[in-house]
Amino acid sequence: MLFFSQLVNGLQLGSIYAMIALGYSMVYGIIMLLNFAHGDVLMAGGFIALFSINAGLSPVLAVSLAIGGCVCLSVLIEKVAYSPLRAAPRISLLITAIGVSLLLQNLAQLFFSASAHSFPANSILPMKNYSISGVNISLTSIVTILTAIVSMAALTYLVQRTKIGKAMRAVSEDAEAAQLMGVNVNRVISFTFAAGAALAGVGSILYCCRYPLVAPTMGALPGLKAFVAAVFGGIGSIPGAMAGGFAIGLFETLVTALGFSTWADGIVFGILILVLLVKPTGIMGRSMMEKV
Amino acid sequence: MKKQKKITIALATLLCLALLSACGGGGSTGGGNNSTPPAGSTPESNAPIKVGILAPLTGDVAEYGIAVRNGAQLYIDQRNAAGGVNGKQIEVIQYDEEGLPTNALTGYNYLVDQGVTAIIGDVTTNPTLAVVPEAFADNMPMITASATAAAVTFDDTTGELLYPNMFRSCFIDPFQGEKMADFASANLDAKTAAVIFNTGIDYSIGLKDAFVKKAGEIGLEIVSQEGYADGAVDFQSQLTNIAARKPDVLFTPDYYNTVALISQQARNAGVTAAMLGGDGWATVLDVMNNPAPIDGSYYCSGYSVEDASPAVQDFLKAYMDEHGSIPNMFAAQGFDAAMVLVTALEIAETSGHATGSDEYRSAVIDAMRATDMECVTGHITYDAFNNPIKSAAIIHITGGVERFWGKY
Repeated sequence: MLFFSQLVNGLQLGSIYAMIALGYSMVYGIIMLLNFAHGDVLMAGGFIALFSINAGLSPVLAVSLAIGGCVCLSVLIEKVAYSPLRAAPRISLLITAIGVSLLLQNLAQLFFSASAHSFPANSILPMKNYSISGVNISLTSIVTILTAIVSMAALTYLVQRTKIGKAMRAVSEDAEAAQLMGVNVNRVISFTFAAGAALAGVGSILYCCRYPLVAPTMGALPGLKAFVAAVFGGIGSIPGAMAGGFAIGLFETLVTALGFSTWADGIVFGILILVLLVKPTGIMGRSMMEKV
Repeated sequence: MKKQKKITIALATLLCLALLSACGGGGSTGGGNNSTPPAGSTPESNAPIKVGILAPLTGDVAEYGIAVRNGAQLYIDQRNAAGGVNGKQIEVIQYDEEGLPTNALTGYNYLVDQGVTAIIGDVTTNPTLAVVPEAFADNMPMITASATAAAVTFDDTTGELLYPNMFRSCFIDPFQGEKMADFASANLDAKTAAVIFNTGIDYSIGLKDAFVKKAGEIGLEIVSQEGYADGAVDFQSQLTNIAARKPDVLFTPDYYNTVALISQQARNAGVTAAMLGGDGWATVLDVMNNPAPIDGSYYCSGYSVEDASPAVQDFLKAYMDEHGSIPNMFAAQGFDAAMVLVTALEIAETSGHATGSDEYRSAVIDAMRATDMECVTGHITYDAFNNPIKSAAIIHITGGVERFWGKY
């Protein structure tokens, strides 16, 4: 019974990691950029939801605003900070991403103060526990896991079955060739940022329902863990990010559940190092040939 | 393209500004009360006495730092308004260390460069531990309002006073851990207890060790001990383990942000035990939109506003007039820290040594050790390890508010 409770814990944690990891992986897949500002987009989503609910808006509207806000912010970042650097060396792009991340964190501190704000999780998801034959499951866990599965199914459909998805895959394969075939590369890149940010927006709501504190630096740690999950699954690969997220969440929970709670982070990162030693591209990564 | 470049430059400028604003503000001086000295005295003898306040005024633990600063500043303002110490005003120099040990050390050096005679600070344990050896080497009189780890003043394994220059106005970790174990067994009829603690901060480890040790002595069975890394936000799996052991009480020695998260997840995981904590819980209700998960908990605190003693009520009124909010324990301890320090400065002023000289500092330290007076958080005298001897106030969280349970 304890095992199933812990399994649910791991799946819930993994769902959140996976949702954020997808944003990292999609953007990397398409423009080879480690978008470190992604975790801070999550933070922005948290603040938008917090203020919307405190302003008396309905939870549905607040959630939509948070997701919409994440999408707008992410597309804005892409247009303002990343797209002028498209031809620049990749290291410039990476430094810019770190700069944007710091900018967002500091702006949030400036506007909302550095201290944590209590998130009214109750008005989005009431605190409720279900006991199913001895297994204790909270409503938050169920909703988180289901939302993650639905979002990922929708993303998979989008990428595999739609025209824009085909364009995304084409740009990720070879941007120049795709452009020659008539794909509007800039639009596809913006769309990729928007899709990743929408997932981060949903992730931020799920994250805040589970950890009901919103703070300017709240995006840093889940961002880092999700980045690890994306690398673990094979960065650039969408199913890899999903698998990586769930794997990291389950590992963390498993290690803690076995009583090594003080070692959890160390063991998780140890496993990451081992996997990368054996399979440097991650568990589902494509091995990429250097094009000459 | 040109337009985009402009935007990029604007963005870069914004970034620089944001960074500056986050780092700046460190050296602002506090207190608008540095009025001109009384006429007739020589400029040398009535130069203000500089006192540093080293505290996190931004960052995760800013809530404590700001409260301590406000409390200490309030006492110093009161003294300055009443004519200062030996005819000299007290000038406060603040440094915001953001709760980071490395910044605390920078801040300490900054304050020393500014020529401070004594320091009130630091606020949390780790930054204080980072600063104390340096302050000891300088023979700098220091008093912390809230760093509760034993190691701030003494080594609890060898029983040796480490830093004779360092005092505090709060009680120490072992004291709080022992009190809560005793309290759970005697007043809550607890037979079993679980502990969840932060493995990354000395405060949490100190309380946990003392709680577990005391529990062993009084027959309170510890059924589960779970740890987590500093900065963790997920405790679900630890709490699921704890829920399976069905303890009577759950001891959670950490600061308010983490406690708010743990209490919510504890109820999600099916833990029904009453939660217990230390003084780090202060202000926890401020960060809980829904107080239901933490209802029925107890924690020990340095003081309670419901205490009817005149010292507490006078302080309460003065603080409310100044800041318009109810002072928490940290503000009260900050006030007491300033009271102990300034009273010692007053005694040292009569020693005849030049203000700020090494002999003068030693006189301040000796005077602090001999403290014996009524403060806001109780009657303070010091034990052999520079820790105040006073009782704890037990706070009961019930019906979404904090209630003074009594002195224990």
